[in-house]
Amino acid sequence: MDQRVSTVLRGRDVISILDLKRGELERLFEEADLMLRALEEGRRLRLLEGYVMATAFFEPSTRTKLSFQAAMLRLGGAYIDLPPEHASSRAKGENLADTIRMLDSYADVIVIRHRLEGAARFAAEVAEHPVINGGDGTRDHPTQAMIDLYTIRRALGRVDGLVVGVLGDLRYGRAARSFILGLTLYRPKMLYLISPPQLSCRREVLEKLEERGVDYEEVASLDKVVSELDVLYVTRIQRERFPDPVEYEKVRGSYRVTGESLKGAKENLVILHPLPRVDELAFDVDATRHAWYFRQARFGVPIRMALLKLVLRG
Amino acid sequence: MSRELRVSKIREGTVIDHIDAGRALHVLRILGLTGSEGLVIAIVMNVPSKKLGRKDIVKVEGIELREDQVNKIALIAPSATINIIRDYEVVEKVRVKVPERIEGLLRCVNPNCITNQPREPIKPRFRVVSLRPLKLVCEYCGAELGQEDIIAQFTGGG
Ligand SMILES: [Zn+2]
Repeated sequence: MDQRVSTVLRGRDVISILDLKRGELERLFEEADLMLRALEEGRRLRLLEGYVMATAFFEPSTRTKLSFQAAMLRLGGAYIDLPPEHASSRAKGENLADTIRMLDSYADVIVIRHRLEGAARFAAEVAEHPVINGGDGTRDHPTQAMIDLYTIRRALGRVDGLVVGVLGDLRYGRAARSFILGLTLYRPKMLYLISPPQLSCRREVLEKLEERGVDYEEVASLDKVVSELDVLYVTRIQRERFPDPVEYEKVRGSYRVTGESLKGAKENLVILHPLPRVDELAFDVDATRHAWYFRQARFGVPIRMALLKLVLRG
Repeated sequence: MSRELRVSKIREGTVIDHIDAGRALHVLRILGLTGSEGLVIAIVMNVPSKKLGRKDIVKVEGIELREDQVNKIALIAPSATINIIRDYEVVEKVRVKVPERIEGLLRCVNPNCITNQPREPIKPRFRVVSLRPLKLVCEYCGAELGQEDIIAQFTGGG
């Protein structure tokens, strides 16, 4: 392995998926392959023995937090967790900067999730140790995007040249946003942005696609493009985004992916979903060969193992 | 002699020239001048300009600008020139410059931005991504600030 390449992530903050270059992401995926193999073979790893990770989740999360903690334990490391009551009593309690300084003095790396946008970037400025963003506001969720891209690579062997559709809330959903930004590190053939107009992709994201030369088209429904897709990324449309419940019901119905709506899809279409789902992805899809989202969720641990290993040890 | 000199010259003070047409009153707001201070103030608006098509000019007797005022003027009138007048002569002429990064002068428009948390030791910080039209991006949350947002913040309208 090239030593120079293998150390580039060491000591780095990971706030946005665009903090990584394509080569760095590829390096991470190679490392994740090794981690996955070790997990499958039941081999115990001690790569991060003696290291401590702090998880600071100011917003509830199950999958992201548990998979970071599992990743650390699987590498022989340990974690400390900011108690939820500390995180939730912030209005009268300690501010974010002081909390981060405390964790920074106890741990070698901090994973943060926060409802405010820019909180992870700010934490990274305050902390001496690397900070990994576990999701902030409606903006970034870089490790989710890593998992998504890794799943595509495992399923289809490449990301370049594929026709990708992203469906659902492209405006406020940080998983969709981070995935779309992550695609700009590659050369997909076509990107279809499938959403109701109220939840369309933000201008700054579209500008990034243009800047990086990714061909895209905003479309209002899945059925016109479904037969072209190699990958379909499904995200949830939240009720809170709609002041009018009637409008919400209408939109929800037309952006629901079912076995029926996938008629005419390519044989090896890969369907992804960041999970948890509500009803935007019907259970009858689970049994199809398109359903990659459970495997995608399982890649959460090896990807985070790879990231922690590279950030802490290179 | 250009036509703007129909406005009487000032003896000591500051002439702000090449202000984007229609923004002279915003400049006065930035300087905190209402007219009731008793200073001689001359405002010329919408006169022809080679550079800008049309422009505004503000002359104020008896003041020199502070740095923060110059920085704010740059953000609403990026082509402005500031002339310091002593004894009817221009003794110094500076062209304002929009810095690449702006720290502390403006608030982020995104209420969910970490920089709007009163209890955090953080200063809003913006990167200039376009000069005309002026567009700033928050370095923390990525929100965009346009010219109208900036004018509203400097003139108390927002
Ligand atoms: Zn902001």
